[in-house]
Amino acid sequence: MSNVMLIARRELAGYVRTPSGYLIAAAVLLINGLFFNAFAMGTGAKLSSQVLQDFFYFSSGTTMIAAILLSMRLLAEEKQSGTMVLLYTSPVREWQIVAGKFISALIFLSGITLLTLYMPALIFVNGKVSIGHIGAGYLGLFLLGGAALSIGVLGSALGRNQLTAGVISAAILVTLLLCWLLAARSDPPLKAVLSHLAIWQQHFQPFMRGFFQLSSVVFLVSVMYAALFAATRVLQSQRWG
Amino acid sequence: MITVQNVSKYYGPRCAVHGLDFRIDDGECVGFLGLNGAGKSTTLRLLSCLLLPTSGRIAIRNMDVAQDPHEIRKLIGYLPDSPPLYAEMTVREYLLFAARLRRMTLAAARQRLGPVLETCAIADHADQAIGTLSHGYRQRVGIAQAIMHDPTLLILDEPIQGLDPVQIVEIRELIRRLRGKHTILLSTHILSEIEQTCDRILMMHNGRVHAEGTEEELTERYGTASGGDIELEVRGEASALQKALAGIVLDGAPDIERHEGVLKVTVRAKSDVREAVSRAVIDAGLGLLGMTRVAGGLEQIFVKLTKDSGAGNPSAVSERTGGEGQ
Repeated sequence: MSNVMLIARRELAGYVRTPSGYLIAAAVLLINGLFFNAFAMGTGAKLSSQVLQDFFYFSSGTTMIAAILLSMRLLAEEKQSGTMVLLYTSPVREWQIVAGKFISALIFLSGITLLTLYMPALIFVNGKVSIGHIGAGYLGLFLLGGAALSIGVLGSALGRNQLTAGVISAAILVTLLLCWLLAARSDPPLKAVLSHLAIWQQHFQPFMRGFFQLSSVVFLVSVMYAALFAATRVLQSQRWG
Repeated sequence: MITVQNVSKYYGPRCAVHGLDFRIDDGECVGFLGLNGAGKSTTLRLLSCLLLPTSGRIAIRNMDVAQDPHEIRKLIGYLPDSPPLYAEMTVREYLLFAARLRRMTLAAARQRLGPVLETCAIADHADQAIGTLSHGYRQRVGIAQAIMHDPTLLILDEPIQGLDPVQIVEIRELIRRLRGKHTILLSTHILSEIEQTCDRILMMHNGRVHAEGTEEELTERYGTASGGDIELEVRGEASALQKALAGIVLDGAPDIERHEGVLKVTVRAKSDVREAVSRAVIDAGLGLLGMTRVAGGLEQIFVKLTKDSGAGNPSAVSERTGGEGQ
């Protein structure tokens, strides 16, 4: 476990020391703030819970984009710059590399997400929403962000450089996002399978509305496990040249 | 300590190394010599557990690289042809990180840091970001990360690549200081480097080891090592020179040309005849204006071996033949 935390700490320091981490954080906060003022608050009268739902709606989008941007460099950059050799020739297992990278990105993304807390706090103070709704929404963002990050780590393991890593990750994530559209045009039993794979429609919406849905927690955690397991296998296979 | 048995490595259908078979004992400093693309780096990557062999067996301290890579990596310090450095970290942070990855405690890593910084002559740059260092200093930091955990086996892939002459001398001195403390494997295509730093040489060409041994053993086996061509510049008559050289055992008659009043002479011999030739020329009353040894021992052997095995195709890459590999 110490290797995992060692890699995670170094990676986290990398986010803080390079402009890319700050740029992504600033962009997410700026876009979230603009959306909050322009759409969530809007011009007409709205229920507080609707404003909060709208906030989580667009936050889920910025969280997924930030997750892909943060994760696409994790392994691809190491391969591109040759620093992966240091990890590969040290007594570090592939799963420890993957876990360390994922944890660092998850901590950084969670930090960015928590910095948006002032917006729900404004709704809470000036309107009438429950802390449970806010908590469920943030749990949803955390899980959705984690799932998107794990897909990004897989893309980063597969891609030779950051660009291809980003494209691969985005393609996988968009496929999962659009599964509900495919489900709407499919017949059973494929319809049920595709609906269940619809990562946002099926598994984020309940959190957005303030509900805690155990099956969605299980699904999103399963996506993280499957993607990170696959990324580990990809790294192991790369020893064959 | 290291046993390599009939090892081949293919990248897809292409063969990088084929039929490698050698043994390296503890404490040796072994140089892998070969042209670019000879298979040196692939061999070192296989030995450092970075790659798995397609066929054959590599054992380090009786552990198989395919079965126990994790245990073997604890014994290894590896410098690839491009040092694996994080530009945003300082030298100190990076070396501590590398040491911790190799299972050193933070206290032990801090204790080891000072001597390593001194050995690699980078103490003055310990708190500088790696991205701001010159190529030579980056190379030293690369070597420093490889020796931080005091590994049993030190693998250096082209450690002097891209360095200026002063830096080459410094890195050579550094490698000499490390000899004896570690088993060292290094690759280079620069002959003088191998001559000056290694106990034993493995000459590689087209993915195979074509010769191995100490410089003396290779000389004995392949003939011409201590001899070689000598070029002379002599002032005087050609007939007098021929008469003077008649008493020396040469490999054929010397080539003599007159150019602007000076004799340009090429002398071939199986042994080193420079002293005898210079004395003969001077005793004959001729003016010895210059003497150059055209090719050193290793250089001649290397050229001979690469020619014998088809130097027209220096690439190590050949197509996979049916039934080979796994």
